[in-house]
Amino acid sequence: MKKKKIEEMVHDENLGMTLIVKTVARMMIAMILLFGFYIIIYGHLTPGGGFAGGVILAIAYTLMMLAFSRKLALKKLNNFWASIWDNLGMLAFIVLGFIGLNFGYFMFNFIWHGTPFHLVSAGFIPLANIAIGVKVGAALYAIFIGLSIYGRIITTEEETK
Amino acid sequence: MTALPIIILILMIAGAIVAVETKNMLSAVIAAGVVGFGVSVLFLFLRAPDIAITQVIVEVLSLIILIRVTTNTDNEAIEKRIDNFANITGLIFVGLFIAFCVWAFVDMTPFGNPLMRVSQHYLSAGLKETGAANIVAAVILDYRAYDTLGEAVVIFTSILGAFVILRKHGKKKLVEKDTEEIGIPE
Repeated sequence: MKKKKIEEMVHDENLGMTLIVKTVARMMIAMILLFGFYIIIYGHLTPGGGFAGGVILAIAYTLMMLAFSRKLALKKLNNFWASIWDNLGMLAFIVLGFIGLNFGYFMFNFIWHGTPFHLVSAGFIPLANIAIGVKVGAALYAIFIGLSIYGRIITTEEETK
Repeated sequence: MTALPIIILILMIAGAIVAVETKNMLSAVIAAGVVGFGVSVLFLFLRAPDIAITQVIVEVLSLIILIRVTTNTDNEAIEKRIDNFANITGLIFVGLFIAFCVWAFVDMTPFGNPLMRVSQHYLSAGLKETGAANIVAAVILDYRAYDTLGEAVVIFTSILGAFVILRKHGKKKLVEKDTEEIGIPE
């Protein structure tokens, strides 16, 4: 039901920008998201990390909002769930720190380090990168939502939809 | 080798001057973008790809937000009026700042040859102690993880502030009355 509605909104001519922008954006958004996840997950091996990858994720959602109208982007991820993801990322980072307190000191690298230059290595650094990436991505997207939807008076007609 | 960074620096200074002096808001935003992208290229010359990636991406996002804001407004700068007192005090403080900078920078180590007291340990033992191939990730998430927690808290607090300040109406309905009288009595 929800999927069908989103499909209709993608092809609606009255919403968002022109057909050219929509076609290019539809191809690019998946690749931008993939690149963001790559930057986050390989943060302990290659340049990048949680913050840079998180901003890339936020840019993918921002592109969605600009190309296919604000309505569709809010259907995908609205301000409530954006702030929930923001809080979850923050909570995960702090919990990782406190688990380290159990083994030695705050933010102790408690997981087995593994062999260097492998994807699963460096203990808790990849986990912390993922937490920060989710946190930063959701947070910057939430700021863009905040600048976009707050401040305009939502009529009762729009609320009932 | 050294000519290209200097050309980029001159371009950045020109962009900053254009951003301050131009009348059109959209041109000012784009000229400010020149400064940001120039900084990111300079970070590549200084062999800091982590910071270069972050700078490029943050610049893209902030440019999107600023252009989105300025295209809907009336695009004209406020008329400037000359204020002699502000100009003179500004010049005095800039002069004082430069004088103290010269005084402080005489004793600094030369550019590109930092004191390697703590960082030498990170470079030589970082891979063995943390297992991370990217030494920047090893420093910011292992040795200095507490700093990173502070930065995350800063972003978190700024989101809270943005959400509270930007919203038009509170959570309460308009017809609802306050149960307690707080604030300044009329």
